[in-house]
Amino acid sequence: MSQVWNDICDLSDLVKNTGVCALHNGEQVAVFLDDESNVYAISNYDPCGNAYVLSRGLIADFKGKLTVASPLYKQHFDLTTGECIEEPENSVKAYPVRVEAGKVQLG
Amino acid sequence: MSKQKIVVVGNGMVGHKFIENMIEHPDYDQYEVITFSEEPRLAYDRVQLSYYFAGKTAEELMLTSPDYYDEHGVRYIVKDKVISLDTANNKIVTESGREESYDQLILATGSYPFVPPIPGKDQDHCLVYRTIEDLEAITASAKESKVGVVVGGGLLGLEAANALKNLGLETHVVEFAPRLMAVQLDEGGGDVLRAKIEALDVGVHTEKNTKEIVAGETCRYRMNFADGTFLETDMILFSAGIRPQDELARQFDIEIGPRGGIVINNQCQTSIPNVYAVGECALWDNKIYGLVAPGYQMAKVAVDHITGGNLAFEGADMSTKLKLLGVDVASIGDAQARTPGCLSYTYSNSHDGVYKRLIVSEDNTKVLGAVLIGDVDAYGNLLQMMLGDIAIPGSPEALILPSVDGAPALGVDALPDSAQICSCHDVSKGDIFEAVKGGCTDLAGIKSCTKAVTGCGGCAAMTTQVMNAALTEMGVEVNNNLCDHFEYTRQEVFDIIRTKKIKTFDELLAGYGSGKGCEICKPAVGSMLATQWNEYILSDDNIQLQDTNDIFLANMQKDGTYSVVPRMAAGEVTPDQLIALGEIGKEFNLYTKLTGGQRIDFFGAQLHQLPIIWEKLIAAGFETGHAYGKSLRTVKSCVGSTWCRYGMLDSVSMAVLLEMRYKGMRTPHKVKMAVSGCTRECAEAQSKDVGVIATDKGWNLYLCGNGGMKPRHADLFATDLDDETLIKYVDRFYMFYCHTADRLQRTSVWMDNMEGGLDYLKSVIIEDKLGICEDLEADMARIIDNYECEWKKTINSKERLKRFAHFINSDATDDTLAYVAERGQERARIDMDARAKIAKGDVIETVEVV
Repeated sequence: MSQVWNDICDLSDLVKNTGVCALHNGEQVAVFLDDESNVYAISNYDPCGNAYVLSRGLIADFKGKLTVASPLYKQHFDLTTGECIEEPENSVKAYPVRVEAGKVQLG
Repeated sequence: MSKQKIVVVGNGMVGHKFIENMIEHPDYDQYEVITFSEEPRLAYDRVQLSYYFAGKTAEELMLTSPDYYDEHGVRYIVKDKVISLDTANNKIVTESGREESYDQLILATGSYPFVPPIPGKDQDHCLVYRTIEDLEAITASAKESKVGVVVGGGLLGLEAANALKNLGLETHVVEFAPRLMAVQLDEGGGDVLRAKIEALDVGVHTEKNTKEIVAGETCRYRMNFADGTFLETDMILFSAGIRPQDELARQFDIEIGPRGGIVINNQCQTSIPNVYAVGECALWDNKIYGLVAPGYQMAKVAVDHITGGNLAFEGADMSTKLKLLGVDVASIGDAQARTPGCLSYTYSNSHDGVYKRLIVSEDNTKVLGAVLIGDVDAYGNLLQMMLGDIAIPGSPEALILPSVDGAPALGVDALPDSAQICSCHDVSKGDIFEAVKGGCTDLAGIKSCTKAVTGCGGCAAMTTQVMNAALTEMGVEVNNNLCDHFEYTRQEVFDIIRTKKIKTFDELLAGYGSGKGCEICKPAVGSMLATQWNEYILSDDNIQLQDTNDIFLANMQKDGTYSVVPRMAAGEVTPDQLIALGEIGKEFNLYTKLTGGQRIDFFGAQLHQLPIIWEKLIAAGFETGHAYGKSLRTVKSCVGSTWCRYGMLDSVSMAVLLEMRYKGMRTPHKVKMAVSGCTRECAEAQSKDVGVIATDKGWNLYLCGNGGMKPRHADLFATDLDDETLIKYVDRFYMFYCHTADRLQRTSVWMDNMEGGLDYLKSVIIEDKLGICEDLEADMARIIDNYECEWKKTINSKERLKRFAHFINSDATDDTLAYVAERGQERARIDMDARAKIAKGDVIETVEVV
């Protein structure tokens, strides 16, 4: 079965090096744009702080890996894989994401 | 076995030091200590006595407390002088008739001020300068006087002159010798010091022998001098040297020197073996030591001898460095060049008022002594060279010439481990190395661990050098780089931003950094850009830099909701504003609480509600309170002279003025201020970064206080300021802090790590030693000019408001939030896991608001 993509917003709605939260199939997804126009999507849920906040964290270059630092207790989550670097048991789900005709889409 | 009983007569600085050393001794449980004091209070810091006039209280000068003595089982009796001594039966008797037996007796009776036998010296307003009670008498007398004279131009005399000047008197110094500080300085040094002191409007009269004190014509008294001249004055302060307080020993047959002083041997024993004498009452090798460091050394030796050790007192170095009437003065070793055959080098610069003389050995290789006036930077180096008998590297004159690149500095490597770095607390190079190895890696840590630098502070530079040498030796790279992406300290990054006029993070990273930046450098640079240019922090360029709270202009709480704090300058609020706030809180069902900074905090606001709430707040006349920023939080105030019966000045108006002036200013860490209308200090200004307290003559300014995790009393920085000067100093202070502090460094830690400490800060801000005050003021003026309410700007920008929806693709809200009712309001459900995390100490500052 081919992948179903949902339109989330226009690419122009995103601000580089920041994130937003999207509602996707009933789940909260954090969507980020980097300074080279790549988009990333991981769960918005921060298991360390037990709150839906990751989209509001700062994007951080953690030894070459692009991550988001949780706004609550600052653990780093890999934007590509959802891995929590400090507490791997608290890693989160990563979502397929792409930009198609100026639209950000989640799969 | 019963405990040995030690009686300590006198609870001054040295008597207390003895007790402190006993308490710290491993065998302390075998001893019982009891101390008697003639004064009404326990030991206080006499070295810092002059700070009493600058606003320090007797309590702040205390070196010990009843609690400390109680805790360690030390008995203490104040206001009861020991008047009789029975060395045959090992007993003492006090004025009140109390008898006490002893196994060992410690005489730490100190000294008393020498008053020359001048006819008329015993009248009212003829005073001395030794105890807190003396200072109280001086203050009282000054209130009824216009002119004051200090008899004695030595070290203490000049300190006393400073006190009289601070009390607002026309001040004169009368000295018998041909120059000031005749004991410490040579003629050239004395001349420069005199010129500097005269420039401060203090009259200096040398070679004056006071014959009598009679009634005056224009003032209360006239002092007639032997040479036929006279001086009129309302009060006289005698500071003509000290005499050992040896009366007790003298009366009860303990050996006394021909010119006074209780004779002691190298173990500090008197002629009676179980009676020791320490401090200024003791005469060792025919010398009385009038400084505190040798006294401390004696206390240490006496404790060691009593407990079975074999330390010996072998004399002490009398070198000193201090600030007298604002003039830096230092004297080292043989300052008067009395060593036969010695050579000397002199550097004199009347333009800057600098005089330096170096005395070296006949063969030109060793430092014997020095006199430094106006520029005492060389003190630490020269002192160590003299004490360590270290060969002078290169040519001697280079040691005192104004610093040019390549001047030979004594590497601390050349010092032996035993080299004494801090003489006040006897801290050696080895002690500092040990402290560093034990984990103290900054100056603040070294201070609290070894006490170095906490006495006179003269060893700050040397201590820092030793600490850095120890860190290097341990292989600890002293790395203050901002983070992995910038190989510069915060201060260097700030300089780059200022001088290269950099306005964006991307520009800075491209030119001076590497990688993509992280959660450390981004907010730090965001803060520096805001300090320097004060542009909108949510602009396209800046928004990516802002930390959790700044990015939505509110404080994120544990469940991802926010708290909202409108500005309420000085805690002033009208009933109408309160009603508006009440309506808004009710409409959004916000948990409502007062903060410690005298304003109102709403909790539980969801992201999408923030702009709606702020639209209403702004309509009601509020603006953002910056509770979310590393910036000025609040200026707390008491009600002041407008309502309070005790208020000296209008503290509320001043607090409003300050808060409105500095609001929105981004700083390395948050800063808080307070203004109290009188010394009752209801606004708790001394626990703030900037505290202002009204006096009957103006404002006293306190800096670098902190409540928080590690409380620190603010330092008294300047007294009796008018409004304009107060604001000028605060402007300069804040900008200097912004330019030089580390990332997230509070002013208290910044101060504790500052080489030269408070005096240095004064020299920068008051005397403009670095010549930067004009720039600091201009930088502050730009911040003030560019202020705008961030929330007002944000609610007027459609583009920005897009970010304040929980979902970018839905109007739904976060349905995961849960609340429980408590005491009539709703608060967030507490999650036990998160609590456990807090207990573990992993918390980053997110829930704290003032």
